[in-house]
Amino acid sequence: MREVMREVAVVAFAQTVHTGHDTGLIEPELLLPVINEVREQSGLRRFGFTCSGSCDYLAGAPFSFVSALDVLGAWPPISESHVEMDAAFALYEAWVRLQHGDVDSALVYGFGKSSQGDLRELMTLQLDPYYLAPLGLDQVSFAALQATACGADRAALDEIVRRSRADGRNNPYALDLPDPSGDGFEVEPLKPYDVAPITDGAAAVVLAAGDLARELVERPAWITGIAHRIEPHYLGIRDLARSASAADAARAAGVGKGPVEVAELHAQFSHEELILREALGLAEDTVVNPSGGPLAANPVMATGLIRVGEAARRVLDGSAGRAVAHATSGPCLQHNLVAVLEGSTP
Amino acid sequence: MPSEEPPSSDEPPSGGLSATHVLEFPGGYTRTTGPVIGRFLTELRDRRIVGVRTAGGDVLVPPLEYDPATGESVTGEYVEVGPAGTVQAWAWVGTPRKGHPLDRPFAWATIKLDGADTALVHVVDAGNPKAMRPGLRVRPRWKADPVGHITDIECFLPEVTRMVSPVRAEYRVTPGRALTRFLEGVRDGVLIGGRCAACDKVYVPYRLSCPSCGSVIEEEVQVADTGTITTFAINNLPDPRAPQVPFVSAYVLLDRSDTPMIALVGDVPAHEVRQGMRVRAVWVPPEERTMAMTNIKWFAPTGEPDVDLSEHVSSGFEGSDLDGSQPEGEA
Repeated sequence: MREVMREVAVVAFAQTVHTGHDTGLIEPELLLPVINEVREQSGLRRFGFTCSGSCDYLAGAPFSFVSALDVLGAWPPISESHVEMDAAFALYEAWVRLQHGDVDSALVYGFGKSSQGDLRELMTLQLDPYYLAPLGLDQVSFAALQATACGADRAALDEIVRRSRADGRNNPYALDLPDPSGDGFEVEPLKPYDVAPITDGAAAVVLAAGDLARELVERPAWITGIAHRIEPHYLGIRDLARSASAADAARAAGVGKGPVEVAELHAQFSHEELILREALGLAEDTVVNPSGGPLAANPVMATGLIRVGEAARRVLDGSAGRAVAHATSGPCLQHNLVAVLEGSTP
Repeated sequence: MPSEEPPSSDEPPSGGLSATHVLEFPGGYTRTTGPVIGRFLTELRDRRIVGVRTAGGDVLVPPLEYDPATGESVTGEYVEVGPAGTVQAWAWVGTPRKGHPLDRPFAWATIKLDGADTALVHVVDAGNPKAMRPGLRVRPRWKADPVGHITDIECFLPEVTRMVSPVRAEYRVTPGRALTRFLEGVRDGVLIGGRCAACDKVYVPYRLSCPSCGSVIEEEVQVADTGTITTFAINNLPDPRAPQVPFVSAYVLLDRSDTPMIALVGDVPAHEVRQGMRVRAVWVPPEERTMAMTNIKWFAPTGEPDVDLSEHVSSGFEGSDLDGSQPEGEA
């Protein structure tokens, strides 16, 4: 299967300096500098395909992705698509589109301003409308159920948050958050700092295939494996202690075929990192979320794409030979995407 | 969401312009249920919980139209389950939010109802997170007027595993001859012991026979109301007889006696009380005295130098060893 796949690489990545508050910019205004930056990095003005990830519920307005098109200059008409999901899943669609062979480049972007509403309750609206949403089950509450189910150790969670926030403070794009402290629970067993911060931001990635990738950059971050898997929605029929879908996606993407130097995981709650490390079969020496990860900046709908971008950046700049990116969607890690990025193709 | 990082206020959104924007279906969005979910909700209205059986034999609760494991349609067989079930995982909400089902602290839980192979996500009104644990048995509390909605079950309640049974019996008790004699002394402001002639030991309170040799005690001895603390305990649970918490109860070896008496220690911080400390009884004023130990409020330090107990332990606290040079009590 791998042999017939077309080589596709990340050749450019940009993100906003994320903020924990509304800076007064609307979504297209957040996005514009990021799009311009990946154009400069890649040297491309137009792309064979464009795909975005965003969520209308964040802004409470329909077709919020349409206004984002103004940033692209969609005239003459462009070939464009959108997912109402994290933009990492838009990247998957773009990768599939590039497999067709008739276009060689794709622009992928995601954006979101969680500051405008109550993210915790907006995420209730993604739940099944018969059995879960009417209960008022909010995002932190269902995450806390999973934290209990996986028996997360408090000291391990504290260390994940401490490390993530320290790395975030060294990342100019992430928030500056203090070392975790405080005894109170948000929803027991989760403490307030176990929850990713409310964040506004955007990110963009450029994919290029084969020779175009080699022309554009010295060291493309080749996507040598990418897959996503989903499991049933209802929480009571899943084993919340582990992520079977993340493990399946990792197997399909070939994570275990070589050492993983860096893994960027879309863990929006500290205990999710424990579940994902196990599901992806990461070794002790794999550096997890050196960017600080979602616990240091969580611009919803861009967070997963940023994981791909951060992993790719380390391959592009030569600091890693093989990196893994993970993105998720749905309650309690229901749907998981895993990509392997490498400095050389097999 | 975490509130530890307040939004910066030095950069007002859009130059200070902002507006409230509401997204809402007034009255709610009407959804059709389909036959499977509809059956479940209809049974709920009748205060029954049903699951549906899959071709593989599992009972899905709540019922789904397709087997999540195989994607096949479920069978048409509905199975009544519960109403009791077992908590698998739980999360405690200490501060309920506006959209939450209860306005007091509660638990979210995955609950495996008896007879089901999957867990129901619902609410447990347990009062206290300490009441929650995996394996907890719970039962539903139904809404007064079920309409066919997942919230017809208001919440689940822990099964009854304990109850309060009132216990009370009344008696009339008398102190007996020896204790009456002792309390007469207490009324008069003196402490009376009894000397066993055979053992040459003075027991306080006064008693009629020697607990060591069984001899009849014939000699009354007035012992001092001063003594030495031989051991003590710091009590952190309130007691109606104690002045405050923490309080100290101690063994006080009264001068001229051979057996310590248990008593409160007061007028001194608990952490300063020590073995060997010299103490004296603090009596209530004579006009308030009755035939009761409450005549002595407690024992308070005398300020004398501590007694070295190590010499006396092996000699059985011989009264003569301790009392020789000590001042007399008010007796």
